[in-house]
Amino acid sequence: MEEKPRFLSLLDGISVILFLAAVLLVFFYAPLERSMGAVQKVFYFHVSTAWVGMLGFFVSALMGVMYILSREKIWDMIGFSSVEISFIFFLIAIISGSIWARPVWNTWWTWDPRLTTAAVVELIYGAYFLLRQAVDEPRQKARFSAVYAIFAFVSVPLTFVSIRMLRTIHPVVIGAGDPIGGGGFSMTGPMQVTFFFSLFTFSVLFVDVLWHRIRLEKLETMMNELRLASRN
Amino acid sequence: MRNYLRTVITVVWKDIVGEARNKEILTSMLVFSLLVILIFNFALDLDVQAQESVTAGVLWVTFTFAGTLGVNRSMASEREGGCLDGLLLVPVDRSALYVGKALGNLLFLLVVEVIVLPIYSVLFNVNMLVPGFLLVVLLGSIGYIAVGTLLAAMSVQARTRDILLPILLFPLAIPILIPAVKASIGYLEGYPGPWIMTWLNVIIVYDLIFTAIAVILFEYVVEDWS
Repeated sequence: MEEKPRFLSLLDGISVILFLAAVLLVFFYAPLERSMGAVQKVFYFHVSTAWVGMLGFFVSALMGVMYILSREKIWDMIGFSSVEISFIFFLIAIISGSIWARPVWNTWWTWDPRLTTAAVVELIYGAYFLLRQAVDEPRQKARFSAVYAIFAFVSVPLTFVSIRMLRTIHPVVIGAGDPIGGGGFSMTGPMQVTFFFSLFTFSVLFVDVLWHRIRLEKLETMMNELRLASRN
Repeated sequence: MRNYLRTVITVVWKDIVGEARNKEILTSMLVFSLLVILIFNFALDLDVQAQESVTAGVLWVTFTFAGTLGVNRSMASEREGGCLDGLLLVPVDRSALYVGKALGNLLFLLVVEVIVLPIYSVLFNVNMLVPGFLLVVLLGSIGYIAVGTLLAAMSVQARTRDILLPILLFPLAIPILIPAVKASIGYLEGYPGPWIMTWLNVIIVYDLIFTAIAVILFEYVVEDWS
């Protein structure tokens, strides 16, 4: 039985402390936004979860390339784990965005470029799980996942560009139109501190959860091997 | 290079000859397309006024569905017939096999489009003979088939074969479907050129990027082909 690494326990502790600090910052340090009030505070964790989502999807594409080049099982494990984690974080980002949108835009959902892209991205990575489930042979599963993860990540910016063009009135200028729409605001100093601190916190949290997930996968593999060995 | 081209042509030719014998793919794609249009006719109440705004959408949905059917069938028959097994033993670049399969699939889809477009044109009294529009149909089909062929090569090896392909393909195809629909509307309704060009550019970028990736990654999809 593999011991839990010391550093992982340490990272657990750091994540918890950082998270608590981030919550404190959000509620007591960051000032109240003038027009939106308290609901704007969801912004700090909303952007952070979305960031972790994209980070994980990027990691999975990178791991896809690594797997194809080296054929080491560990890259597949990391890739799969990060998609799994990011899928959930991205879902949290969509839901927290909805919570923010309800009072500010007066609707839970609008077909704005970012929201639509987010929905498409969730569907793409939902399909990733279905693909993995449908393939039994482990090496084939790893190869297919790697290929699909690369395709998926490349398609995300294209999806964003085309949907953004679709939703703006003058599609000639890609930068045109305010994507935040009615909810725009400019950050003051304490807000920026809170914002970047949240981003950092969630990045650390991502690494921590990813490590746990990879360890879980390894233990599961080990258990399956032991079970097979005991049967023979 | 000559060898590569010969392989591509051989694979395409094999698909054409196979199709000429059993006419499986083309007939099912064609009948399916007409059925989809028929259903849209009732579902959307496609009279002359309504169809102006939805023509491009209806056509692209039809081509998308028919295309899925085609690439899926063409890969499934490789698996059943064991032809790709043999081809993989031949010492040629695997990407040549991909290019051959993709070109074959593209050809079938284009044939279906060439038949469906005039029929649609007659049924709903729309002029489809706009060169720009035909170009959009061609470019859009290229990107869609490029991704579809690769994903079909994966999905036919999976357990949930037939239902897996659309689930994998549709979300990845969104960035080509949006500009394809928009550019088609632009040409059919006579929108200004620069407006259409921006959409056309997105299609071309998609075609280039995804074809390149698919060509590179195909060999990892078919190793251990089962």
